[in-house]
Amino acid sequence: MADTAALAGHDDHAHGTSHTRTYVQIGVILAVLTALEVFAYEASHNPGTYGALSGLIAPVFVPLLLVLSVAKFALVGLYYMHLKDDSNLLSWVFIFSLVIALVVVLGLMVLTGYLYNHGMPPLVR
Amino acid sequence: MSAVAIHEVEHDEPVTGIHHRKLAIWTFIGSECLFFASLISVYLVYKGKSLTGPFPKDIFEIPLVTAGTAILLFSSFFVVLALDALRRNDQTKAKIWLGLTVLCGIFFAGMQVYEFQHFVHKGLTMQGNLFGASFYTLTGFHGTHVALGTLWLGTIFIQMLRGEMSPKNAINLETAALYWHFVDVVWIVIFPVVYLMN
Repeated sequence: MADTAALAGHDDHAHGTSHTRTYVQIGVILAVLTALEVFAYEASHNPGTYGALSGLIAPVFVPLLLVLSVAKFALVGLYYMHLKDDSNLLSWVFIFSLVIALVVVLGLMVLTGYLYNHGMPPLVR
Repeated sequence: MSAVAIHEVEHDEPVTGIHHRKLAIWTFIGSECLFFASLISVYLVYKGKSLTGPFPKDIFEIPLVTAGTAILLFSSFFVVLALDALRRNDQTKAKIWLGLTVLCGIFFAGMQVYEFQHFVHKGLTMQGNLFGASFYTLTGFHGTHVALGTLWLGTIFIQMLRGEMSPKNAINLETAALYWHFVDVVWIVIFPVVYLMN
């Protein structure tokens, strides 16, 4: 990541260089990762059709989806949102927020899980 | 006001080397991370706790949502191409890519309206069970963000058609594009967490 981001964009943009090729490559990767997510869903939910493959995917289904999501998230952030080439300050603003967000998600899940397992279930209907 | 401050106000060139609007939109995106983290947490906390139906497996239609996901990913691709073209002052391509982005936004919002109507007909309401309440809150807020983003990009598209956009004010499209990418990134999380891990 470069600290010398131009105010109105990146230097190569100012010189009229196109990033179309990179954007297309990232677009194709994103499409493939989404297709993999749906395939993993179909395979793990239809053991009759996918046989042994279903048994292989089912135990790692949730971690697999999380890894694929993180990969897509990172690709969009780095290339489409230009964090790869922009100022480090912007990356840290985003990473700092993501860390707090992750703490909020995990904290709430652990806390409510603890309460639920100790006889104090949340209000359910 | 100091000389530096006056300089910043007049020329939009802060000492950080980052455009004010760009830093502002990233800070806003940071706050939005926390907003959606809270909503996703609530969905996950209440997941599987509903005592009455309908349940996720009864109503979700994966092919439709997959199409919506693909459309949103394509829109991110289109808007980054529009920005790239505008920076090169290729007005024709910028208009085409931005027009396609707006169309994708309209399609996704339409898909979500159709989906919500379909779910209500199947008995899933905000008041019915915890799944309904947390699902509609999470995806509804995301849909609202999509609608606002479409409106934002739509106004820039109109400016572009009027010939008011150039490489000099490409920052206007860049900030809107960053917001749009964030909306896409949130869906990248929501799609597997809500629809696939049921």
